[in-house]
Amino acid sequence: MDGKLFLLMVKAAGVTAVCSVLAIAIGIAIGIVVCGATLARPKPLQIAARLYVSFFRGVPLLVQLLLFYNLLPAVGLNISSFFAAELALSLCTSAYQAETLRGGFLSVSTGLKEAADMVGMTLWQRFRRVEAPIALRLTIPAIVNEAISILHASALVSVIGVVELTKTAGEIAASNYDPLPVYACAGLLYLIMTYVIQLLGLAAERRFPVRSA
Amino acid sequence: MTGDLAILGHYLPQLIGGVVTTIGLWVAAAILSIVIGMAIALARSFGGPVVNLPLALCVQLIRGTPFLVQVFLLYFGGPALGLSLDPIPAGLIALALFGGCYLSEVFRAGIRAVPPGHVEAAACVGMTRLQTFRRIVLPEMFVMVLPPSVNIIIGLLKDTAILSVISVPELTGAVQQIGSETFAFVLSLGLLSLSYWALVELCAHAGRAAERRLSTFRFVS
Repeated sequence: MDGKLFLLMVKAAGVTAVCSVLAIAIGIAIGIVVCGATLARPKPLQIAARLYVSFFRGVPLLVQLLLFYNLLPAVGLNISSFFAAELALSLCTSAYQAETLRGGFLSVSTGLKEAADMVGMTLWQRFRRVEAPIALRLTIPAIVNEAISILHASALVSVIGVVELTKTAGEIAASNYDPLPVYACAGLLYLIMTYVIQLLGLAAERRFPVRSA
Repeated sequence: MTGDLAILGHYLPQLIGGVVTTIGLWVAAAILSIVIGMAIALARSFGGPVVNLPLALCVQLIRGTPFLVQVFLLYFGGPALGLSLDPIPAGLIALALFGGCYLSEVFRAGIRAVPPGHVEAAACVGMTRLQTFRRIVLPEMFVMVLPPSVNIIIGLLKDTAILSVISVPELTGAVQQIGSETFAFVLSLGLLSLSYWALVELCAHAGRAAERRLSTFRFVS
């Protein structure tokens, strides 16, 4: 494998990174909404949210990807494979993140919530100033793990034709008939990206420590 | 829709074959990963740094890369090292190693979480190290590692779907094959999702039932 091919793979790793970061960001946004629904009062909302979480956590991501890739054009939405992949990745990770966030919000102590009520905060203020900061801090390690899973899961989008790191490695391997170093190199690039996420996670944990209440 | 369903009926033998392959692969990979995971955890916990460091590196390598890349590396890269495997054995080995590495971390944490007082107490009543391990460490650790291990083993069930990429004739591969012959992609993939969903929920339910029964033995530390 020469330098030019390596450069090609580094560029493809960029696509993988963009894919993963987008999915994680969208996933957190959807995850917060779904988590809110699981903790909400109305029963139907709770049940719907639980079904959502159970479905996206219960079906293999590869099957979800294939489903979205085939389903969306069938209902008249002609979208690129990148968009279908991004949709499946975000929905899947949002279900996992909703679960971790739920754990975070449930572990905010009742005393703190009562104290917020006592000083006259509205529900929104209580959420914004007390519950959300504590719950999000508590869930940083879990979200970092989820980010690593999504980075690794993003390799699957190669199956529906998104040209990211794994797809590029496959194409190079198919053209130079020497798959071992190519896939080893892809693995190394994934390792580096995993390591970067871990470092960012540690930095985030230091920047937003959980102060014992 | 009903026409599509009738078409899918023709493919019943392939579908059943797919289900059998998926479940067979999953059960075999689960058993192998428990064995591999336990072996790695024991070696790393009691083997000293000479054993621990290289194993730690291997576990990091497998946990730091996507399963799909590992499968490709083994299946397409293996022949360059004289390791030519058929899709099913290649898939099984990849899955068992993958699951084993994740389980080894859980088991290791479980071994470490057994209170030293219990181990010391066992030594005091004259148990040998092996007896202590078999009668004290193993049962206490088992209760603690059950929930995360169930999660990982359920994850392996979902990961069998990835093996369709190297043409293992499991359920997802069979359904894709049917889809490309009948063009009933949406229906077949929808039904496929539902079957995985049902299977995973069933296992999660069984896992929770086992946890409830075993929680009787959970000690208060």
